Amino acid sequence: MLSYALRRSLIVLITLVAASAIVFAVLEIVPGDPARLMLGMNATEDAVQALRQQMGLDQSVAVRYVAWIGGMLTGDFGRSYTYAVPVIDLVRERLVVSLPLAAMALVLSTAIAIPVGVFSAARRGTAADTGVMAATQLGIAIPNFWFAILLVYLFAITLRLVPAGGFPGWQGGVWPALSALILPAIALALPQAAILSRVTRSALLDVLGEDYIRTARAKGLPSGLVLRRHALRNALIPVLTILGLQFSFLLAGTIIIENVFYLPGLGRLVFQAITQRDLIVVESVVVLLVATVVIVNFLVDLAYAWADPRLRRR
Amino acid sequence: MAQGELIATEHEDWRHFLRKALGNRSFLAGATITLFVVAVALVSFVWTPYDVTKLVIADRLQAPSSAHWFGTDHFGRDILSMTMVGSRNSIAVALIAVGIGMALGVPLGTFAAARRGLTDEVLMRASDIVFAFPALLSAVMITAIFGPGAVNAIIAIGIFNVPVFARVARGAALALWPREFILAARASGKGAGLITLQHILPNIANLLLVQGTIQFSLGILAEAGLSYVGLGTQPPAPSWGRMLFEAQTMMAIAPHMAIVPGLAIIVTVLGLNLLGDGLRDVLDPRLRRQR
Repeated sequence: MLSYALRRSLIVLITLVAASAIVFAVLEIVPGDPARLMLGMNATEDAVQALRQQMGLDQSVAVRYVAWIGGMLTGDFGRSYTYAVPVIDLVRERLVVSLPLAAMALVLSTAIAIPVGVFSAARRGTAADTGVMAATQLGIAIPNFWFAILLVYLFAITLRLVPAGGFPGWQGGVWPALSALILPAIALALPQAAILSRVTRSALLDVLGEDYIRTARAKGLPSGLVLRRHALRNALIPVLTILGLQFSFLLAGTIIIENVFYLPGLGRLVFQAITQRDLIVVESVVVLLVATVVIVNFLVDLAYAWADPRLRRR
Repeated sequence: MAQGELIATEHEDWRHFLRKALGNRSFLAGATITLFVVAVALVSFVWTPYDVTKLVIADRLQAPSSAHWFGTDHFGRDILSMTMVGSRNSIAVALIAVGIGMALGVPLGTFAAARRGLTDEVLMRASDIVFAFPALLSAVMITAIFGPGAVNAIIAIGIFNVPVFARVARGAALALWPREFILAARASGKGAGLITLQHILPNIANLLLVQGTIQFSLGILAEAGLSYVGLGTQPPAPSWGRMLFEAQTMMAIAPHMAIVPGLAIIVTVLGLNLLGDGLRDVLDPRLRRQR
């Protein structure tokens, strides 16, 4: 187990270094001088040069890359060109929107998908199963931003139950903040729930064909108990893997969904930073998101290997 | 004689395929929907109910009527016509992105499978790295940096198709290499390149076709998302994503604007997904999961 964990963490490390180098390199070839951008077109050449020096832009690419990575590891992400505040502060104030949003969506999609998957698998081949599977096909095909627009129309514009967009912040109380996140979370969760319930169903059906399930049935256990105690536990392993992968979709999904609801989250931050050419913010947020994806998948893999020793060999 | 036999078997194969395909509900529904969408896109080249480039402000924001089946937008353009023309964009972007993924990914994957060892390891770790980037995030980054537009959207979506096809091709090729007919080909003195071309590729083509259908539908969704945030197809060219963005700003006064472009995306993606599921069942029963 330990050697497996070490081998996996080495791969994670290489992935992170390579990914950060790619992001750094891509933004390096983008035209436009950040110093010039910050000072505006009327600044003198001397002033721009002085700022370049102050920002360290006159140093070689390699030096700047190492300095950037070193800074990130110690929590210093540099200063935003446009906001003129440390990037870490920007990230922190946006995380309080994006993180609860992604968490709500994840919880919601799991809460919907697992019961639906179990329901469908237990009634395999019946009309109920066919109906549920057709509904999940539809769920996968619905673009989450379109669903979001419909939710806004129904619950915000017509019924006026929740705000149509914006975020009041957590200082005004938990409920106003939560109610601003409910519709975006539902919009994000729906397609994920559709995929996850299909995975749950097919994982369960795979397990239900195993010998130990037949044994459990043969010794007279009621089928509900067999399903919950024996089948579901084993089926949860592939479900967990998909859940880890979906985390990456959720993070990406927040970019678009936050735009639909004008939520000041991480996705909107990176989006605005790109259009304002605030490259340091783009670099930091993208690498942070990539690191989160890689680490979450690493933890899922570890949990998976811990639960199932057969998977450690590879 | 040998030649004749070969043709006869291929003919048989085709008939066998057709018989099985027509008996598969998923395939039938998916193929019908997909053909319909493609037909609409083709028709839009020669005919649309109204000219999508002409703005008729007097007719703006009309609700659906017999003159405008799906109503008009805030510039008085016919929504049915725009949706028809928009389908071209979605199909073109997603299809070319799949082409890029296949053209680069399949050679990489089959190469990794043929060489094994370090080559394989390096290529697969490289594909892990690409997978670490949430696709949409990178697509946003690429299109924003190199400028918004359909071409950059194609490249951005295409890049993420490369490791997908590389993995599918590698996995399938790896399973084929120890098989006897490959061994026979090696014994006859064929090199790895020739074997891949003559024996591996024809045998993994089905799998690639199924994956291609799935990536096609994901590409449609991705293009819509990019156009919605303003990074994909640029106005005045109509695109489903852009139409939805404009519909959102008019939501309170003209909710009908949001319905049709959204339904167009759903129908297209649904059709392709059903087609992919059906193809998988028909082409390779061994891959069929318990359903």
